[in-house]
Amino acid sequence: MPWRRVRLVERRSQTPSARSLVFAAPGWPGHLPGQHVDVRLTADDGYRAVRSYSLAAPADGESIELGVQTVPGGEVSPYLADDLPLGADVEVRGPLGNWFVWRTEQPAPVLLVAGGSGVVPLAAMIRAHHRTQSRSTFQLLYSVRTPDDVWYRDHLADGDPRHDVRILYTRQGPPAGTRAPGRVGRSDLDGPASRLQPASPVYVCGPTGFVEAVGDLLTDMGRDPATIRTERFG
Amino acid sequence: MNSLSPGFRGRRRSLAERLPPGQYPTESFPVLSAGPTPRVSTEDWTFTVTTERGDTRTWTWEQMTALPQQGIVQDIHCVTRWSKFDTRWRGVPLDAFLEDVATEAGFAVVSSYGGYTSNMPLEDLLDGRAWIVHTYEGYPLSPEHGGPARLLVPHLYLWKSAKWVRGLRLVIEDEPGFWESIGYHDYGDPWREQRTWGD
Amino acid sequence: MADGTVRLDGNCLAGPLSEILAVEPTTAWWRCPECTRSGPLAGLHVYGPEPGLTVRCPGCSYIALRLVREGEHIWLTVGGGSGAFRFSTA
Repeated sequence: MPWRRVRLVERRSQTPSARSLVFAAPGWPGHLPGQHVDVRLTADDGYRAVRSYSLAAPADGESIELGVQTVPGGEVSPYLADDLPLGADVEVRGPLGNWFVWRTEQPAPVLLVAGGSGVVPLAAMIRAHHRTQSRSTFQLLYSVRTPDDVWYRDHLADGDPRHDVRILYTRQGPPAGTRAPGRVGRSDLDGPASRLQPASPVYVCGPTGFVEAVGDLLTDMGRDPATIRTERFG
Repeated sequence: MNSLSPGFRGRRRSLAERLPPGQYPTESFPVLSAGPTPRVSTEDWTFTVTTERGDTRTWTWEQMTALPQQGIVQDIHCVTRWSKFDTRWRGVPLDAFLEDVATEAGFAVVSSYGGYTSNMPLEDLLDGRAWIVHTYEGYPLSPEHGGPARLLVPHLYLWKSAKWVRGLRLVIEDEPGFWESIGYHDYGDPWREQRTWGD
Repeated sequence: MADGTVRLDGNCLAGPLSEILAVEPTTAWWRCPECTRSGPLAGLHVYGPEPGLTVRCPGCSYIALRLVREGEHIWLTVGGGSGAFRFSTA
């Protein structure tokens, strides 16, 4: 997979520490929702750093959107989030990965479970589904610390009757919230899981500890581990 | 073994002089690992030297800590390009484990709990240039940094200083270890920038 | 890396392995010879990225493969032993 130069054309803040970056990618071949790219940065002295970032939007011609969460003290993410100038180039290779993807022809209802910035590839899936005529339903459980940490508010509130988005707060919820803040638990998963078919795919993305905890809960609830697809970071 | 004025460096060399080529100085102590961190209690810990003839000698934690201890102040250099100055350790020089061992071996393969290995010439472990260390900056060495005990060979890149050390095998012919078998340099001298196979 | 060691999963191997494999690798099926657990490459645990990528069974930590980038070379072992393949990517 060759490296290609892409140009930063738009930067939007999603949260105080998260950015959507849109790049112009001439010749981009398109991609599946859930896929990622590797981004390569090169310093003046030739030093290179490579990191993986999920594609945040469905295929859209020669434009690609990434989601970047700043890791304090990180080598790459603070640079991409705030320092890379508009109009400047970086190298990417992709699209990458055929495992953690949703294909529009899949008919079964889908459950997405996101922890923090793990929402990025799942947002691409839900946005791709919104464009289809598929009768399948999408449920998203999205775990964040506080209301300030929610990415993609507009896309998640898309009004699509086939979509059910629930935001779960771990530290502090909104004033009118009825669920006490806390980690995703069995009681959060029971309802959504009951609306799935046995073969329904469940996509879980987030920090390692989150993904493992949710995966364990789902298998304890009797879901076939082969239907659970995970992507973890950090 | 010279315990007279340990850590004395005389007039300070400039930091630039203490930085091997291609390295940058850091205050932090990054953790790199190739697998899950082994949790080894000092009750279960042993250190075994095995000669080329298969003779073994094993020390328990109690026996190791009963050997004469040294304070160590050394600069350390990681192949991922960070260097850290004046790290302070406490431990036992390898000479103490090897002085009564009869061997013709020219090389050593150090092995760790968790399966890690690294190789080096035996002479690089002798004459007060390498230690089994159990204390870092005054505290018991944490599991992330190789506790309860790790090898410290500060004149070579830090991947040689195997964490969670459990034994040393003396061999006639050099055998590449975990990283040495997949592209990293057999010897790993930071001052000659021996990072990888081709260097 | 400044962020310390990051444990990821096999999804992140898609890019590095694309340099030496013709087929997308993350859906490849693997069975652990140690604990017999099986699943896709995407589900394996990955330690690294520096000094190299070490890919392990999520059940028992048995090494499935190792990968090191060195200049214009990629070194690969299948399994945890020595005997690496050195690929030229230039």
